[in-house]
Amino acid sequence: MIATFRIPGAGRLKQAETARFSFDGQSYAGVEGETLASALLANGVHLVGRSFKYHRPRGFLSAGAEEPNALVEIKRDSARRTPNVRATVQELYDGLTAQSQNRWPSLAFDVSALGDIASPLLSAGFYYKTFMWPKFAWKNFYEPRIRAAAGLGVAPDQPDPDHYSARFAHCDVLVLGGGAAGIAAALAAAETGVRVILADEQVDFGGSLRFESGAMIDGQDGFAWAQGAVATLRAMDNVRVLSRTTAFGYYAQNFVGLVERVSDHLQNLGRELPRERLWQVRAKRVVLATGAIERHMVFADNDRPGVMLASAARTYLNHFGVAVGRNVGVYTANDSAYAAAIDLKKAGIGVAAIVDLRDNPTGSVIDEARALGIEVNFGRAVIRAGGKLRVSSMTVQPKNGGGERTIPVDAILMSAGWTPSVHLFSQSRGKVAFNDETKRFVPGTYAQDCVSVGACNGTDGLSATIDEAYAAGAKAAKDAGVKNAGANVVKGTKPKVDASESWSRGMLGAAPGAGPDTTVKAFVDFQNDVTAKDIRQAVHEGMRSIEHVKRFTTNGMATDQGKTSNMHGLAIAAETLGKPIPQVGLTTFRAPYTPVTFGSIVGHARGPLFDPTRKTAIHPWAEAQGAVFEDVGQWKRAWYFPKAGEDMHAAVDRECVTVRKTAGLFDASTLGKIEVVGPDAAKFMELLYTNPWEKLEPGRCRYGIMLREDGFIYDDGVVGRLAADRFHVTTTTGGAPRVMNHMEDYLQTEFPHLNVWLTSTTEQWAVIAVQGPKSREIIAPLVEGIDMSDGALPHMSVREGRICGVPTRLFRMSFTGERGFEVNVPADYGQAVWEALWAEGQKHGACAYGTEAMHVLRAEKGYIIVGQDTDGTVTPGDAGLDWAVGKKKTDFVGIRGMARPDLVAKGRKQLVGLKTKDPKVVLEEGAQIVGDPKQAIPMTMIGHVTSSYWSENCGRSIALALVAGGRDRMGETLYVPMPNATIEVEVTGMVFFDDKGERLNG
Amino acid sequence: MLLIRCPYCEEERPELEFRNAGEAHIARSADMAATSDDDFEKFFFIRSNPKGIIYERWRHMHGCARFFNAVRDTVSDRFLMTYKAGEPKPAKLPGAFE
Repeated sequence: MIATFRIPGAGRLKQAETARFSFDGQSYAGVEGETLASALLANGVHLVGRSFKYHRPRGFLSAGAEEPNALVEIKRDSARRTPNVRATVQELYDGLTAQSQNRWPSLAFDVSALGDIASPLLSAGFYYKTFMWPKFAWKNFYEPRIRAAAGLGVAPDQPDPDHYSARFAHCDVLVLGGGAAGIAAALAAAETGVRVILADEQVDFGGSLRFESGAMIDGQDGFAWAQGAVATLRAMDNVRVLSRTTAFGYYAQNFVGLVERVSDHLQNLGRELPRERLWQVRAKRVVLATGAIERHMVFADNDRPGVMLASAARTYLNHFGVAVGRNVGVYTANDSAYAAAIDLKKAGIGVAAIVDLRDNPTGSVIDEARALGIEVNFGRAVIRAGGKLRVSSMTVQPKNGGGERTIPVDAILMSAGWTPSVHLFSQSRGKVAFNDETKRFVPGTYAQDCVSVGACNGTDGLSATIDEAYAAGAKAAKDAGVKNAGANVVKGTKPKVDASESWSRGMLGAAPGAGPDTTVKAFVDFQNDVTAKDIRQAVHEGMRSIEHVKRFTTNGMATDQGKTSNMHGLAIAAETLGKPIPQVGLTTFRAPYTPVTFGSIVGHARGPLFDPTRKTAIHPWAEAQGAVFEDVGQWKRAWYFPKAGEDMHAAVDRECVTVRKTAGLFDASTLGKIEVVGPDAAKFMELLYTNPWEKLEPGRCRYGIMLREDGFIYDDGVVGRLAADRFHVTTTTGGAPRVMNHMEDYLQTEFPHLNVWLTSTTEQWAVIAVQGPKSREIIAPLVEGIDMSDGALPHMSVREGRICGVPTRLFRMSFTGERGFEVNVPADYGQAVWEALWAEGQKHGACAYGTEAMHVLRAEKGYIIVGQDTDGTVTPGDAGLDWAVGKKKTDFVGIRGMARPDLVAKGRKQLVGLKTKDPKVVLEEGAQIVGDPKQAIPMTMIGHVTSSYWSENCGRSIALALVAGGRDRMGETLYVPMPNATIEVEVTGMVFFDDKGERLNG
Repeated sequence: MLLIRCPYCEEERPELEFRNAGEAHIARSADMAATSDDDFEKFFFIRSNPKGIIYERWRHMHGCARFFNAVRDTVSDRFLMTYKAGEPKPAKLPGAFE
């Protein structure tokens, strides 16, 4: 297809390559370097999408980031499918494939467009009103259908194969926006030598200089000057220039988030190139040069494809060399649309008429338009656009009523004026102020170290803009307080403006022709299909604040965030309310300025890099043995070691039996370990744990309980005293970091008088538990310097010596109830020592066991696991651990909390054992317990199961449970109601195996 | 992301390095065991949660790991000052925010 709307000699893409692309399956040719919007317009395509609610045909409103209509899906392959891409921003590359959205079966014939006819039913707030009855129908009927009909693009259904990078950056002056103002500010700041970052969302710097044909700076065309100035900046070492980079969020203390689109414009994604790069910049000073966005005119059917902003038509012509039509009409309330008409006329495009709402405007552009023979009408309004899939006419009427006249056109260029882009300023928590004279919100009170310059500051005219920006850039550099000059700083002079265009005021709100006729659709917000009538209706239905009007109508709540619609909506609401605009208020702008991909926020933190995976020194051995692992916090722990043909049940049964018959090896390295050292170490331990420590002899161990100040169990673990001033503290696997924090907190802030140091040693020691009757025989041959006899190394003691020639802290302790040891060796030797112990163990028929067997074995003995059998509301008394609380102690963390009335009251839930009447039935952990199974539902629940296993050693199921008044219920029968049956259980003690504890020395 | 000045490192560092540790200047009794129920309630459960100036504890978790005190305005989210643990509540705050 020949690109028939490309104007020879116009635009700036002269040496560009042809790029072939497709839209809805149709092939077209475009030019590399232009946008998808420009390429489609060059091919005469205006219809690109259907609207959100009414499914009305839509075309291009703009040529930039503010685009509400032209959202398409860009598809590279099955996984690279990006919905809701603004065609006005997407750069063309050879092979680009785009599809329209929100239409079925086709863009030109969309069944859901019937909603447009039925639209009286779909007015503002219709979701809140229409689907209220019958109540159940919302979930099953209305919502699924509304969701299917509404919405825009379809989310991709495969993981994103691209990668995204992230950079942190610091600078003295961050300039956001690369138009004339931004460039001038950057030049002034850069020549002082400070570190400058200049960012702009477009490919080419220049901002409005991309379309303004009447700007001359330093003797050159404005756009050419901008390219030269940016080249100068790029060459300086102290300046970083970022194009295709959108500042999307302005956060506290000049912390700004920017996203750089690195490769979306490339045909072939380089393997090394990320798709996008997130910049997190901390700047001493920020210069906001974010420009202004043109507003549309609000009149009936102003959404027909071909109706667009005047500045957009100029951009397509002057920058991309594309005409948006052959016979255009212009509808305006300010001067800048005249320039568009003039440029198009000069390029040989027919301009049917300019319709100006103003009564008697004067100015050089008006004279020039007339001189070119363009028909100019003052005091008139376009009351309607004709056509459906493409605008075909505009109907004009004197603005105070009168005879109508319909003019055939194939495009309407409109301009209601310019809205300063105060989004980032507002995000910085700055307060905007309404300028009554110019009817604009401009930056008022600043909250951060930033300054606004140019059009976003309400400054009109190129000359004033450059003066203001250049001065602000220099001041920002000075305020940043950096004096050193960079090596290759180019000292420049302030750019001189030789010619510029006029930026006059415009109008806000609905133009004549936007109602009040109820069937008129004069769009305020194109993306959310909000009309002038909807805003008026919201006010009539009682919405007073703009915040309510916004939510009721959804005006400005689409992904374009109301860049073109907010001011119109506000003005219509204010007019309807009969209040001045500032009293109705402006909604707050929130980040992001334009949509940001999840990918750029997530960066590399996905999949295995989302969270660190911690593996013990012995992990590779367990892996080689075919262990099945479970996640415990960040740790991978060996869960069980299945032999050929074994399922989990069989493996765990075998492991449990083997440990009690001979011995088992268990990797306990993940246990938290904290070294508590210093002259006051024992005093500190006395305060942090319930137990007494002062009299614990070096070489002995004790099971310690740590409480929070409220008296509830926080952590537990075996503590070995290595010397008078040195404790080896162990914590639960998951509790290690918080226990360390808890200890540091008290040491630093409550007990700073104690002379103690705390060191986390969790990862310094590999821990190999050897448990079972044969454990001593397995370890002894490898140990040097430690007498392992029961007399010299009794249960709950610790010795330092060597094993396999490396240092060890050898604990005699047991979490199985069997004779047991925990061999601590430096982590680097962990696997070697494990393998040596394994070889010894093989001689005795020992097994390796995992965390599941460990859980069963400890439950057989009634040993609790903090966090499983306790839940943050369990006291030592509740857990049957009163014996571990030092009765003579006058202080420890939790001593007072434990004594609170509710914590000593009768009837508290206490840990007990449960035996099912049918020994084969294994209870479910978390199952609720009741006293009387025949009571009415909801039943009174008196407790729940905390641990439950099949115990091969006991030949039956076993369970632990928290039961109200549990220890007074020994022998009582209770019930566990389950969906299929009610299970009878007997309350028992917590020890199911080796009641007397004889096996600890067995 | 806020910048917080660690009074031990004497550096402004990004919020990521720090962790909030609750309200400051809540003294643990030297004789905890003898504390009345009312006093324990005040000590453990009651927090001021002001709109405006709050005195709170922070920890420079991924830096020097020290706990310190800070004065922050909960309305503007600005840190007015930070000071070392154990130092008294400042009599005067920089910038007349109160």
